[in-house]
Amino acid sequence: MKRRDFVQLAGLGLGGLMLPLSGFGNPVAEGALLDYPLLASQKKALADAALNTARSLGATYADVRIGRYLNQFISTRENKVQNISNTESFGVGIRVIANGTWGFASTNNVTTDGIKKATERAVAIAKANSKFQKEPVKLASVQSYGEVSWKTPIKQNAFDVKVSDKTDLLLSVNAAALKNGASFVSSNLFQVNEQKYFASTEGSYIDQDVHRIWPTFTVQAIDRTSGKFKSRDALSAPMGLGYEYLTPNDAEKIKAPGGMHLYRNNYDMVEDATIAAQQAKEMLSAKSVEPGKYDMVLEPNHLGLTIHESVGHPTELDRILGYEANYAGTSFATLDKLKSGNFKYGSSIVNIFADKVQPGSLGAVGYDDEGVKCKKWDIIKNGIFVNSQAIRDQAHILGEKESHGCCYAQSWNDVQFQRMPNVSLAPGTEPYSSEQMIKDVEKGIYIAGRGSFSIDQQRYNFQFGGTVFYEIKNGQIAGMLNDVAYQSNTQEFWNNCVKICDEKDYRLFGSFFDGKGQPSQVSAVSHGSSTARFNGVNVINTGRTI
Amino acid sequence: MAILSKEEAKRILEKVVALSKADGCSASLGGQDRGNIRYARNTVNTSGEDSNTSLSVQCYYGKKSGAASINEFDDASLEKVVRRAEEVAQLAPENPEFMEPLGPQTYGPDSKTYIESTANIKPEYRAQVAADSINPAAAKDVTAAGYLEDSKGFFAIANSKGLFAYNKSTGVDFTVTMRTNDGTGSGWAAATHNDVSKINPAIISKRAIDKAVMSREAKAIEPGKYTVVLEASASADLVRLMLGMNARTADEGRSFLSKKGGGTKLGEKLVDERVNIYTDPWNEDVPAAVWAGDGQPRKKVDIIKNGVVANLFYDRYWASQKNVAPLPFGGNTIMEGGTASVEDMIKDTKKGILVTRFWYIRPVDPQTLLYTGLTRDGTFYIENGKIKHPIKNFRFNESPIIMLNNLETLGRQERAVTSEGSPNAFIPSMKIRDFTFTSLSDAV
Repeated sequence: MKRRDFVQLAGLGLGGLMLPLSGFGNPVAEGALLDYPLLASQKKALADAALNTARSLGATYADVRIGRYLNQFISTRENKVQNISNTESFGVGIRVIANGTWGFASTNNVTTDGIKKATERAVAIAKANSKFQKEPVKLASVQSYGEVSWKTPIKQNAFDVKVSDKTDLLLSVNAAALKNGASFVSSNLFQVNEQKYFASTEGSYIDQDVHRIWPTFTVQAIDRTSGKFKSRDALSAPMGLGYEYLTPNDAEKIKAPGGMHLYRNNYDMVEDATIAAQQAKEMLSAKSVEPGKYDMVLEPNHLGLTIHESVGHPTELDRILGYEANYAGTSFATLDKLKSGNFKYGSSIVNIFADKVQPGSLGAVGYDDEGVKCKKWDIIKNGIFVNSQAIRDQAHILGEKESHGCCYAQSWNDVQFQRMPNVSLAPGTEPYSSEQMIKDVEKGIYIAGRGSFSIDQQRYNFQFGGTVFYEIKNGQIAGMLNDVAYQSNTQEFWNNCVKICDEKDYRLFGSFFDGKGQPSQVSAVSHGSSTARFNGVNVINTGRTI
Repeated sequence: MAILSKEEAKRILEKVVALSKADGCSASLGGQDRGNIRYARNTVNTSGEDSNTSLSVQCYYGKKSGAASINEFDDASLEKVVRRAEEVAQLAPENPEFMEPLGPQTYGPDSKTYIESTANIKPEYRAQVAADSINPAAAKDVTAAGYLEDSKGFFAIANSKGLFAYNKSTGVDFTVTMRTNDGTGSGWAAATHNDVSKINPAIISKRAIDKAVMSREAKAIEPGKYTVVLEASASADLVRLMLGMNARTADEGRSFLSKKGGGTKLGEKLVDERVNIYTDPWNEDVPAAVWAGDGQPRKKVDIIKNGVVANLFYDRYWASQKNVAPLPFGGNTIMEGGTASVEDMIKDTKKGILVTRFWYIRPVDPQTLLYTGLTRDGTFYIENGKIKHPIKNFRFNESPIIMLNNLETLGRQERAVTSEGSPNAFIPSMKIRDFTFTSLSDAV
């Protein structure tokens, strides 16, 4: 699903309006979401047709992805179900190297004949583009895995749950919010299943079944007399889990200021909506922040977005090299800084790792979209910038022999390219809780949840808001704050990281729609961390009058 | 198959609607052919074409509706998609906000959204655009990264109450970023139009090269409030943020257009009285389809007239609740401009900042429409009517409402390309006083 289509769906009831949601897939009946229409043996035969055709036309490499992408999206507001949408997108993408140049073509005609024709187009495009080629493709070697499979370790397939159970849950979330003082509430549930079959001329045939889920809501409180309105979003995270994520579990709750709960591997949506409504009302009369320097205590569902923007993106190798210069930008984290071996990205307690394997994360798969087995590696070690993110045709630039395994395409009809793996901050090694962290802060602000985010095109200067803000005075929570945003510089910020809570506090933040490339593609990615403290951060007041 | 004529589209849609046994049925048929070329590091990275046609069918029983779509058009496929939509509708919960489709409508004459020469763009044209960008860049010790995308498409709707509407359109978008090889200068330029003859990628590339070279070795100046001369892209980046003037959220008290004590700001002065913003599908600089997606006719409508909120947009459901006529969102936006060029506005500025464009603009406070973002790819200090030197980029925190109250001069209109794409808008460059920059960025 593409971001634009999600925005259209999320902002829209079924109404009388029909939009061409071509990138989203074709609407299907609910039952179709449980099908696996092709056997692995049938997919292998189709894939071999592509690989043999490519070889016979002179391609030196070919890969084929047969993909079936399923989505279910449910949206509600107050006591109404606005939209239930089930979609399917099915097709095949073929990528080849001919004359040292990439070529790609796709088709929704998933037959031997359709696949052969698409392969012919891919080879023709590669040959045509080779006229402009100045840097012939060099692929890092990869193991031949034979016929293998992988599945997201879910306990309950969300598509097995009746739609009426899901709408009942969302309507009970809305009722809880309204009962606790919300003026308006909207809630959504989004579920994804990617059934991906990959094969390449390297000899791998990889069948994968990937699941993701995202329950979320927005609660608003309005004071008509003052004309003020405030929003409080859900503190859930999109996850690489099944419907079990929506089963409340006290053991997975973490206590936070203001009576809030934060959630690890299970989410209590009704409870969070109840607290959200109370907090939204409280925001209407909360104190406006005094601008200045504060020590920030940032919990994982907030810090994840800061990690994403200030470490995840700047360490993408294609971005560092200038391939994204015309859109997302380049990076301050240059190859020179990487190769120096002494660029101090953060303080010595900052250890940030990339991984494509953490259970429950959005980025976790067995193999990436060019057939490389996924793994975990360091990006920042003891504060030093030690590695980047690279795929098969980039590994040689880093002097490495193998890909990091972070290649992805949003659908069968998009070409795969380097995408951010999960990028996470390792927890502190000493026992230390978020309560203790707050006690140790004299003048600070605690932030939970994601808010406004903006960062420059080389990832130096950023500004972040949040969902909920609490003032910390002399080790105590002194009440809720409004109008908070913090501005910093990436290197300065990470070098001011002075404490990180231990692994008991570690949990995942996620983004369903990380955008990159032209034409733009989205991918889903998680960022783990424990609550962390950053000293002396510049806080501005965002209150205005119009 | 991608581009069907009005008659072909009508024939398929009428057949589909006649197949339905539900209380009612609406269908839409759309197709698009797109081509693109992308280059970076002075070499072409990818280029390709794709084609897509899709039929969507929505059937309803009372207030229960269901949709299905398909991309095959033989009789059996048409029957299958209608039955599937009926099946989904029967299982759907009632939607109290469901509106029955409209009957036949009268539309104004077609607007010039489709230009044959754009529809005929070939791979050779795209390759030439890349060459005309990369070669002059390399000659000046500059590295080019750019993207061109062209498209032709059609969209048609019909329903069981006899409505039919058809539109076809073309478009071409070009953006290019030039970076000096020493890494200290960056320039950007862009253009978009329905008519490829109205854009000149070679000239746009040259403009970006000149800006990159001019912006080398920028100096830092203190953040604060400054007079700014915003090129048309920078203006459009911010003006577009205030155009979601939805009546329902304003009535519900959760919009910048909601009023203290209840009610909306409709009819009230919001910005400087020289600000006039309207939508008009027949505008030749930025044409749009003469009907909205649900079949309502579009017409010329004032959005801001002499600084006053002239209209809010009502969807059909909310209009029925409020007993007013529905007003669909326009397909384009036109903000009236003046006669001053960017150079004229610079000459007329004692101390200020020239902004080429903004980047990574995100909402901070929906109550005041406060946004943050940064300048990018060409920011210069103006002193005594002249560009003095390039400056480092700034982060801003500003609301388009506050900005348009601080209007000094309106410049000439341009077809807008913003940092988030082409919004089908015709927006002037402008000079603004007291624009709020809150911090410095080292980014080039």
